[in-house]
Amino acid sequence: MRHILPHPLLALALLAMWLLLQQSIAPGQILLGAGIALAASRAMAALQPERPKIRHIGKIIKLIGLVTVDIARSNIAVTRIIFEGRQRGQTDGFLTVPLLLTDRFALAILACIVTATPGSAWLEYDARNNTVLIHVLDLVDEATWIDTLKNRYEALLLEIFQ
Amino acid sequence: MIETVDTPVWAAILVSVLVLAGALLTLVGCIGLARLETFYHRIHAPTLGTSFGTIFLLLGSVVYFTVTNQRLAVHEVLVFVFVSVTTPVTLMLLARAALYRDRTERNGNVPPSADPDYTEQGQR
Repeated sequence: MRHILPHPLLALALLAMWLLLQQSIAPGQILLGAGIALAASRAMAALQPERPKIRHIGKIIKLIGLVTVDIARSNIAVTRIIFEGRQRGQTDGFLTVPLLLTDRFALAILACIVTATPGSAWLEYDARNNTVLIHVLDLVDEATWIDTLKNRYEALLLEIFQ
Repeated sequence: MIETVDTPVWAAILVSVLVLAGALLTLVGCIGLARLETFYHRIHAPTLGTSFGTIFLLLGSVVYFTVTNQRLAVHEVLVFVFVSVTTPVTLMLLARAALYRDRTERNGNVPPSADPDYTEQGQR
């Protein structure tokens, strides 16, 4: 099984992408998509990527929900900051956050979350010290930011991946 | 290939609101890019366009094509996935270049590197 289908999740995702792009679930497209997914995931195996270990599917949905709400909230916050412009003075700042996550996939997802959220940007990850440098546009309270990052996202990602 | 039908009023209004909201957010992001002062401020503004700006535009597209083509159009999801997966890559490239520049030139209040082998001349 492992030999024919080295990365089942990847193959499934590729098949889903193929069907979405074709906008069809005709048997022919499923067959063609499955063939492409199989070939592509075997090619991927040649690169010997690490296999993500996903534990809790339900937690992923919770994470998506949390992130969507947070992104919506910070969209509004950043819009306000842009219009207030120069009058509001400097509130931005750098933040070094120590992380417990070491799984590459989890780190990649955390980077996507932090970057996708307006008002915070993932700048530099230090693999040796396991810290990340984040720039925050409206850094009123450092502790709140670290708390959000660690307790909202990192805790969930730890449950999902490690 | 695609047979379109007349768009019902409710759909037309919903689509217009969604597309306008998305376009406005993207515009605000662009204004922010022009108005904010430093590099580290500016990187935050376009995120409006890549997060809810994109989400609203894509939702508008989903509603429009689902209603007019009488079938579910969901491939817009892929646009969102690719946008959110690729933006951090470019952002990190730009950010690390800016950090490197500011550390070597000692501009502003950039924190020193967490890497102990990194010297102030920027040489390892």
